[in-house]
Amino acid sequence: MATNIPHYVRSQSTESLPPPVAERGVVGWLKRNLFSSIGNTILTLIALWLLWEIVPPILNWAFFSATFTGTDRASCDGAGACWPFVNARFGQFVYGFYPVSQRWRVDAAVVVLLLAMVPLFLPRFERKLAYALGLLVVYPIVAYVLFLGGKFGLSHVETSRWGGLFLTLVIAGVGITTSLPLGVVLALGRRSTMPAIRMVCVVFIELVRGVPLITVLFMASVMLPLFLPEGVNFDKLLRALVGFSLFSAAYMAEVVRGGLQAIPKGQYEAAAALGLGYWKSMGLIILPQALKIVIPGIVNTFIGLFKDTSLVLIIGLFDFLNTVQAGLSDPNWIGLAIEGYVFAAAVYWVFCFAMSRYSQHLERKLDTGHKR
Amino acid sequence: MRLTPTVAGGAALCIGLLAGNAAFAGATLDAVKKKGFVQCGVSTGLPGFSSTNDKGEWTGLDVDVCRAIAAAVFGDGSKVKFTPLTSKERFTALQSGEVDILSRNTTWSLQRDTALGLNFTNVTYYDGQGFMVPKKLEVTSAKELDGAAVCVQPGTTTELNLSDYFRGNGMKFTPVVFENDDEIRVAFEQGRCDVFTTDASGLYSNRLGMPTPDDYVVLPEIISKEPLGPAVRQGDDEWENVGRWTVNALITAEELGVTSENVEEMKGSSDNPNVKRLLGTEDTMGEYLKLDADWAVNAIKAVGNYGEVFERNVGQGSPLKIERGLNALWTNGGILYAPPIR
Repeated sequence: MATNIPHYVRSQSTESLPPPVAERGVVGWLKRNLFSSIGNTILTLIALWLLWEIVPPILNWAFFSATFTGTDRASCDGAGACWPFVNARFGQFVYGFYPVSQRWRVDAAVVVLLLAMVPLFLPRFERKLAYALGLLVVYPIVAYVLFLGGKFGLSHVETSRWGGLFLTLVIAGVGITTSLPLGVVLALGRRSTMPAIRMVCVVFIELVRGVPLITVLFMASVMLPLFLPEGVNFDKLLRALVGFSLFSAAYMAEVVRGGLQAIPKGQYEAAAALGLGYWKSMGLIILPQALKIVIPGIVNTFIGLFKDTSLVLIIGLFDFLNTVQAGLSDPNWIGLAIEGYVFAAAVYWVFCFAMSRYSQHLERKLDTGHKR
Repeated sequence: MRLTPTVAGGAALCIGLLAGNAAFAGATLDAVKKKGFVQCGVSTGLPGFSSTNDKGEWTGLDVDVCRAIAAAVFGDGSKVKFTPLTSKERFTALQSGEVDILSRNTTWSLQRDTALGLNFTNVTYYDGQGFMVPKKLEVTSAKELDGAAVCVQPGTTTELNLSDYFRGNGMKFTPVVFENDDEIRVAFEQGRCDVFTTDASGLYSNRLGMPTPDDYVVLPEIISKEPLGPAVRQGDDEWENVGRWTVNALITAEELGVTSENVEEMKGSSDNPNVKRLLGTEDTMGEYLKLDADWAVNAIKAVGNYGEVFERNVGQGSPLKIERGLNALWTNGGILYAPPIR
């Protein structure tokens, strides 16, 4: 046996060649994703043409031929956007008619909130739930005193002077913080075995969900005062806030109910088998799971609520959008509707996108691998 | 501009009936004096009549009426708080006592004056529906508009007046309807209609919103009566008198040549008995109104006479540049005429 005949066997693999030029880098990516077939190529070309038609004129309008400084619409040449309008009214867009000398109070409330929320984002901080609940009770009082004043030497600023983005955030904030707990209670009530409670919750939810928000606001602002004795006047903002909270609570209740129904029966039975009572089994076993499932639905409702705040313009409250619109009726700025609305849209988008991203972050953080 | 669906009318009537028993007599002036300010209902935004400036202050003709009343009552035109009201809320707000006076470009009509439980004090602006056309059409009269495409808001008295006018003059038109002014303005600008019709004051402000305002002209014909003025609750004569005579004082001041600048000087030096009565140096007009003798002086000092108010807010001193027209004094070819203050 010729055992010593050398066999030509590679002991190590050859260097692998890079993929062909047409398959890698930018070209490869383009080929794979944009020009992989005739149909896709046509679609890509159409999309490019559309972008070319749309984007440059918009950029041109918004930036290149836009006017950025000036005192009234006469300083704009009409070729592009007239941003001095937004510039001159920025303070009003943010604070409404809040007295200029007192605007720091709104800023202070925001700073206090951000600082107070820091511990919630520290991983090492324990008892987050207790802290958050405490914050939910304490902060509204702090904010209320800061905004309304009349105490601790702060001058009184009546709610009719609140406005702009500040008012939008107040309405959305109150709506969001009251609607979630209220919604949870309503959802539990709707699934209760006690007929009276279930009846009340079903009637409330179906009644409120069955009417448009604009009707609720309109009733609260136009009809309610007629049924009250002369001289008894609830604050217009308060009426709107109550309307908003109840309205969004009804929607929230149905979102939460969806979560409750998605929890397998075994979980309920396991909780019962452990000897937990109703509140404990709900609070420790069912709700944490149910709420986690419906985070997208909850945030969806929040985002809807945030944008619905602009409906208060029909009852003459100057929320952000209405403040922008009011600016358009100033003879100095007439006819700049597009600039105003584009700015408003951008601001709304920033807030809604932030909420959306936060909800995704929350979903990832709370993910326990049960996702299907 | 004013919505006239039956629903709105019905609701308004209901409100009137409901509120009918809620009127309280003679209490507003005392209540106002006690709380220290006038609560004034204004529009949420109408160029020249009530809008906010860059500093967040309310300005406009309707706003100045309230300032004048506040000045007449308190001697200080800043003692007034404004409640911006939508057109649907306005009557309820007045009836329920949320506002003391409604100065919100509201047309004085029989139904409002009676069934709604309001009393209009004066006409502060004689408005009426007009037409605007591009200059290049070379139209000089509304009578030449036969066959025109007319941009109009649907469901308003404006639309009804329009068809009445064209039918009355044996002309045809094609209505082009849009829900709001901004849309109409764009359509008009792009030539989708030849004519834009709404209240004349609105035409001027919309013209201002056009990229090239000078290319458009408002025709001289006014086809409807829209007398705008402040309103108070029915059955409170004392307060109604204050509102009525404050505005009359502003008009009289213009007649007599009293302005915000020379009012102090005239008060000291004028021998004209009419001026003296107006400015409280002769007779006791203030007392009859349960106000200070200086009531008119303060009102004029705060906002100026009617002419000043007009020119500053909607006239030549403002971007709107509306002509006085009907709103000129009766001595100058208008119909503005205040009963004598004596």
